[in-house]
Amino acid sequence: MTILAQLVTSFFAASGFAVVFNAPRRSLWLCGLVGMSGWIIYYPLMTNGVDVVGATAVAAIVVGIFSQICARVYKTPVIIFNVAGIIPLVPGGIAYNAMRSFVEDNYNVGIELSARVMLLSGAIAIGLIFSEVINQLNKKYILCKKTKQQKRRHEGR
Amino acid sequence: MQEKLFIARVCTLAGKIMLKSGAETSRVEDTMNRIASAFGIKNAQSFVTPTGINFSTGFADPSNTVRVNERSTDLHKIAEVNSISRKIDEGELDALEAFRLLKAIEVAELAFPWYIQIIGAAILSGCFTIMFGGTWPDFIPAVITGGVGFAIVLGAMEIVEMRLISDFFGSIGIGLLAFLFVATGIGVELDKIIIGAVMPLVPGLHITNAVRDLIAGHLLSGLSKGSEAVLTAMAIGAGVAVVLAFL
Repeated sequence: MTILAQLVTSFFAASGFAVVFNAPRRSLWLCGLVGMSGWIIYYPLMTNGVDVVGATAVAAIVVGIFSQICARVYKTPVIIFNVAGIIPLVPGGIAYNAMRSFVEDNYNVGIELSARVMLLSGAIAIGLIFSEVINQLNKKYILCKKTKQQKRRHEGR
Repeated sequence: MQEKLFIARVCTLAGKIMLKSGAETSRVEDTMNRIASAFGIKNAQSFVTPTGINFSTGFADPSNTVRVNERSTDLHKIAEVNSISRKIDEGELDALEAFRLLKAIEVAELAFPWYIQIIGAAILSGCFTIMFGGTWPDFIPAVITGGVGFAIVLGAMEIVEMRLISDFFGSIGIGLLAFLFVATGIGVELDKIIIGAVMPLVPGLHITNAVRDLIAGHLLSGLSKGSEAVLTAMAIGAGVAVVLAFL
């Protein structure tokens, strides 16, 4: 039941962010799906005791790969799906808490939380970059195959 | 020469629209170089920071500078410019036609109307309250608080054109409303409601983009975006803290 609630809320949260960021109308539901896919991976990992940073990195990789696929199918820039899909993982709540502790004179808590924000956003960035690397390798592999085929055709003639 | 200048105009216009709509600097540089090379300029140089564009068609050619003051997030425009650059790349558009289309995109109002944006922000606030471990009784208070907070930010942006100040006022409103809900017994946990409601304002995306730019080697834009994000987070934290300090 909680999983179901998490799925539904993460879908609407991601598509809500897509509305706030003015994503193209026809890709709104896809943005929701991408966000949901990341949260499906992240939530069970986190509740079963995996480190938050690791869980975030894995989920970010999944979001990245999923949005690369969407971007290629719909011929739109990948940022549209990335942005909305990443949002549930982004440590906005912790960033807010950190700033609140600074403003309330709890400097130690604030520094601790900001360090965690840096780590988490680093994990997200690494996940995104990793999925981009996978995409580029894939592209190069396809290109390699094509040129080999062309060579073979030339030799056949 | 004349033609080169016109192509430079097309490139900088495309870059300006993308940068204003919140695209990453690397994407802007890439798009401008791609358009230039599709029109036959092989050695185009572009240098983009979050606040400005520098573009030149080659060594010792005149270079163009574009200052970008206001940035928002408008993914639809990025997608439109991207599809135009794709068409240019495939040779379907000439420079004149591309320029006309880009001009049309620049002035077009592709964004969602303000009330739909507010509804979106309201719904996502409620959802985030649940996702961050809140309970269902807090859902409706978070929806209302988040919607009102986002509406205050949009309204304040019309009056003072400084994002920081409007974020500050928005989070003051969020703090007040959340406190009211908990005081009257409608809401349960103050913290969960506030965290859900500030999510539409929090610069989580900017922080992530900043780190990503830094890792990818775009040091200038990474640092400047990071400082923008920290300032925004500070404004939001300060707004809520002001409310909590006085109540």
